[in-house]
Amino acid sequence: MSRDKVFIAFQTNEDSRPIVEAILEDNPEATVDEQPAMVKILAPGRLVVKRSTIEDKIGRDFVLQSIHINLISLAGNISEDEDEFVLAWHQA
Amino acid sequence: MAQKKLGLKEKYQLMTRGLDWETTYQPMDKVFPYDKYEGIKIKDWDKWEDPFRLTMDAYWKYQAEKERKLYAILDSFSQNNGQLNISDARYLTALKIWMQGITPAEYNSHRGFCMVGRQFRGAGARVACQMQALDELRHAQTQIHAFSHYNKHFGGFHQAMHMRDRAWYLSIPKSFFEDAMTAGPFEFVTSISFAFEYVLTNLLFMPFVSGAAYNGDMATTTFGFSAQSDESRHMTLGLEVVKFVLEQHEDNVPIMQRYIDKWFWRGYRLLALVGVMMDYMLPRKVMSWAEAWGIYWEENGTALFNDLARYGIKPPKYHEIATAEKNHITHQAWTVFYTACPATAFHAWLPQEYELDWLSEKYGSTFDRYYRPRFAEFARIEREGGRFYTNRLPLVCQTCQVPDFFTEVDNPMKQSIRQYEWQGMKYNFCSDGCRDIFAHEPEKFCQAYIPPQQIYQGNAGGARTLPEYAAWLKCEFGKDSGEYYTSEDYARWKAMHGGNDTTPSSAAA
Repeated sequence: MSRDKVFIAFQTNEDSRPIVEAILEDNPEATVDEQPAMVKILAPGRLVVKRSTIEDKIGRDFVLQSIHINLISLAGNISEDEDEFVLAWHQA
Repeated sequence: MAQKKLGLKEKYQLMTRGLDWETTYQPMDKVFPYDKYEGIKIKDWDKWEDPFRLTMDAYWKYQAEKERKLYAILDSFSQNNGQLNISDARYLTALKIWMQGITPAEYNSHRGFCMVGRQFRGAGARVACQMQALDELRHAQTQIHAFSHYNKHFGGFHQAMHMRDRAWYLSIPKSFFEDAMTAGPFEFVTSISFAFEYVLTNLLFMPFVSGAAYNGDMATTTFGFSAQSDESRHMTLGLEVVKFVLEQHEDNVPIMQRYIDKWFWRGYRLLALVGVMMDYMLPRKVMSWAEAWGIYWEENGTALFNDLARYGIKPPKYHEIATAEKNHITHQAWTVFYTACPATAFHAWLPQEYELDWLSEKYGSTFDRYYRPRFAEFARIEREGGRFYTNRLPLVCQTCQVPDFFTEVDNPMKQSIRQYEWQGMKYNFCSDGCRDIFAHEPEKFCQAYIPPQQIYQGNAGGARTLPEYAAWLKCEFGKDSGEYYTSEDYARWKAMHGGNDTTPSSAAA
């Protein structure tokens, strides 16, 4: 697996807070970079956003696609279904 | 028995596929006349995979939610006189350049995606491009709304569309987008979605919108982050189209490499406007252009091209030149803006002492040696009651149309200039990158509208003086243009702040 960094960045607000927490929980090698009004999470090679972890944190159902509302930017190839949103780099 | 709900992938497949057909009343090549002439070979359009599986109902829902949030903030900004909270009114030069240079480009991008949204033979590609066409129109509109409040109080925001087609410095973004719009559909998507919106977008939005946040500009910050989430879809469209095309046929690899080389270079030259914004127009600094280039090209770009290496794609030609120039181009560009601002629709000024110190720190290898002495000389002239202006039109590059302030990477005291003769005419370029682009398509680029040449030929409404030129741009000479510290904007800013100019004393927010 590539070790180049993938990242995902959200607007800093109360809606994105549990999403960021979920990502950090599910991705042990992830790091956080806080910028004005924006929070960026980086990970080597692969990062997964899991609906179930977010739902645990907010105590209600969550549609994973609704991360679009606060999403700012990302890097990596995307693989998406209802349960997981994955960013990854592939190697030659 | 309850019907099992469709999964995201199945729902997307059903709602966006199988609705097209092989035409019988006209041959497919007549219905889609533009998607083969570039030489790109597509064996199977069904292999197109949408990175985001947004159906129209999801699109409307999330976009509407984003608009509700955005316009609530824009209303609040307007109602609460948000313009009072920016660090100081010098910052607005950055927004004027945005409104004049980028907002019309968003509209051009919208038109371009409308075109490719019709021209691609594959339904998946058409759907993705049509959604992007909507997004780009949204960006043009939301930018106009975000900046409209500033238009009530400051100059330079009032005639962006008109100016964009005429002003010499705005032909940089104008020619960029028109080059893309007049290319084939595969080149268009590679140029905009991939090169501009994937490889290079973060260099515009991330540092600059953070710059807006650091300088108290709530409207632009909010607009920027709201638009950037649309950009995340655009980025992935760009990456997907490149991967799809490369996987379809090995003959596509050299064509795509050429597009990537060309559009990286054109995009990089366009971003000189962003670099100079970051280093010189933000009273409170975020990071330097050199730092941003280090993160968003040298690190991020490396990761991207490591990924694409499996297709036989190499990093873009001349990217090492772009990296080598990172400690020079912003200082060179600001010299042009400082000395030519009477012929523009924005203001320029000499950096304050705290900014010169910040630049010396950020550009340790170049600023004190090559550029701080130049600004010290301009400052000496100002102290003696003068003001240095160029009073000449610049030579601009035939391809990128940036004034040729660039220097050789191994000699910052030597102008970087290249020439190419074609059909008895001599064309001038800032670099090998731009000359290569011309050399590949001379019939296209010999037709470029070069503003300094057109002005001299009398085609700028016959203008022979700066006030006449300003009038032709629908600007007021001296009000929308020129030195900041003698401008109406500055006077108004001080009046809004009890006679104080609020210049920060340090670069930190």
